[in-house]
Amino acid sequence: MKISSPEFKNNACNALDDNQLQGALRHVRKNFVKKRADARRDLPEFDALRDSARAIKDHTLAHLDLYLEHYEKKVIESGGKVHWATNAAEARGIIMDICRKSNARTVTKGKSMITEEISLNEFLEANEIQPVETDLGEYIIQLRGENPSHIIAPAVHLNMDQIRDEFRKAHTHLPAERSMDEPETLLREARQILRDKFLSADVGITGANFLVAETGSSLIVTNEGNGDLTQIIPRIHVVVASIEKIVPTLEDMAQITRVLARSATGQETTVYSTLSTGPKRKTDEDGPEEYHVVLLDNGRSSMLGTEFSEMLRCIRCGACMNHCPVYQAIGGHAYGWVYPGPMGSVLTPTLIGIDKAGHLPNASTFCGRCEAVCPMHIPLPKMMRFWREREFEQHLSAPSHRRNLTLWAWFAKHPSLYRFVTSIGMRILAIWGGSAKRINWLPMAGGWTKFRVLPAPEGPTFIRQYQRAKRNAR
Amino acid sequence: MNSRDKILSNIRQSLTSSQKNLSSSDERKQAVRRRIGSHPRGIIPDLSSKHKLLTLFQEKVEASEASYSKVKSYVDAAAEIQQYLRQHNLPQRIRMGKDKRFKKLKWGKGDSPQIQTGPSDGKDFVCLSHAQGGICETGTLVLTSGPDNPTSLNFLPETHIILVNKKDLQENYEDSWKALRRGFGRGKLSRTVNMITGPSRSADIEQTLILGAHGPLRLHVIVVDEAK
Repeated sequence: MKISSPEFKNNACNALDDNQLQGALRHVRKNFVKKRADARRDLPEFDALRDSARAIKDHTLAHLDLYLEHYEKKVIESGGKVHWATNAAEARGIIMDICRKSNARTVTKGKSMITEEISLNEFLEANEIQPVETDLGEYIIQLRGENPSHIIAPAVHLNMDQIRDEFRKAHTHLPAERSMDEPETLLREARQILRDKFLSADVGITGANFLVAETGSSLIVTNEGNGDLTQIIPRIHVVVASIEKIVPTLEDMAQITRVLARSATGQETTVYSTLSTGPKRKTDEDGPEEYHVVLLDNGRSSMLGTEFSEMLRCIRCGACMNHCPVYQAIGGHAYGWVYPGPMGSVLTPTLIGIDKAGHLPNASTFCGRCEAVCPMHIPLPKMMRFWREREFEQHLSAPSHRRNLTLWAWFAKHPSLYRFVTSIGMRILAIWGGSAKRINWLPMAGGWTKFRVLPAPEGPTFIRQYQRAKRNAR
Repeated sequence: MNSRDKILSNIRQSLTSSQKNLSSSDERKQAVRRRIGSHPRGIIPDLSSKHKLLTLFQEKVEASEASYSKVKSYVDAAAEIQQYLRQHNLPQRIRMGKDKRFKKLKWGKGDSPQIQTGPSDGKDFVCLSHAQGGICETGTLVLTSGPDNPTSLNFLPETHIILVNKKDLQENYEDSWKALRRGFGRGKLSRTVNMITGPSRSADIEQTLILGAHGPLRLHVIVVDEAK
């Protein structure tokens, strides 16, 4: 996938001016937030389950090597194969080998962010294998040649007219004058077309929401049933999953799935939760003959034990972006790579480098909603702060930004001077605000005041008030 | 070093360098063995205030947009199925697996539906499966793969009918794992375990929920209250 994260500022400006996108983003603000809040209200144990889910992941990560070994043993026992990939290129190579050995021409795909991370579709196409996305949202954006703009609702940036136009363009074998006024009609059309793809594909590729060490199983949770058709109809099932997807037992999995769907779509559970263990058994009459798991590291083992370690608890529910004022304003594409929103602002720099993704951890108001709604209690704002520090240390931020920070740091280290200067500044701002006590324009801050009104400061500074209160208390 | 060893040794290195008191490798191995062996349950939603379990199951099944009915025997289940097909203008043609319990279905004389067995090729209107269990917490049916109930029957038809024995209803997921362990042995499962809650759906077009995506458009759940 092409990386446009360095152009984040431009992307964001364009997104704000895009009326169609702004219309589509209204659904995110309205639906996702309310549905999660309702689901949380309906389950009194929700917060206790979050704590439990965090403890499970922390325990698992502290024993990650051992759980992976146990998991591998169980997959082999059930007749499956485990392939280890340190990076994206290795993972693509492994998948290509599996496809080549079976002379595969077409591959159906269940919705999977990890295959976006390794740019699998472009690679398969370049090698003359046709990848077919089967999740409705993924199918739509594949037709449009786009990437997902949300990790669980990939086509959330589109409205119905755009989808209808795309279907008319792509499904030319259907009568041009057919009625396509209802979303139901569009869904039926996609169902019909993808049904044939499911039945004729040679290989099915899915991701995994969890890998269960106890049984050597992969679990996927879906609503459409496309993931299931992908993993039972073709002769070969390939699971691509990153190493932190592992949980010890079925019980541990159930603790986390209870918070997953509720945080994502507000559902108590998704329509389908499916455990796959190995290939079909001797007496089975359907199911794949081969079962492969590609375990991808891609930098994750090096995150363990660092300040970004807690990011490995992420279960990709999307709650952080649904509740993020920045994501709600600009959508997912502006972030410029696979993972948008707050989780992307933390993860993307680890995967493509802070030199390319430096804008992302800076694009936050630090309002803290992402951390507040995260089912796994991931301290996202804290980690974005770590990235800002790294960016500064590596001299990657803009010279003006660095100069201002250095100047501020110098003042901060000289408290009496700092207080003196700020008290003068405040008095000036108070006069500048005039009788309305509002500041509509400031020199050197025009970009900021263009969209916002700054209330003029009133009364003495905080320190002054604090000292006075302390004196009075005596 | 191959990729497997590289990844594992990198994990160990990261863990050792970050945790000053990383327990000995024997202690760590024991902790992993213990957790997998004892599979602790964690926090379980308290359903005791919520009516009877069967009523809860019905409520949750219906909330998932599936239809629900309860019959006293497998003989009655057959009548219920035929009635359902008539009601929905569906052909009296059903595909099912080789589950022994299906033998107890007694179809009405003269209008017995056409029965086909084995996996689906995608052309069936109606498929019938027997669940291994049901989870009252969420109104979920648990189906395990095998010649008794081929997995393709759960996803390819437009209408899916699932029978579940009342005795197999469990309060929560954890009780259901217990039943699976009893059936397959510790650490083992059938190739596929499907947990199904309602008919398939999508909200990918402007977040409008539409029933009937790639899986069944309709799901009918029949609880059979007959001792096995």
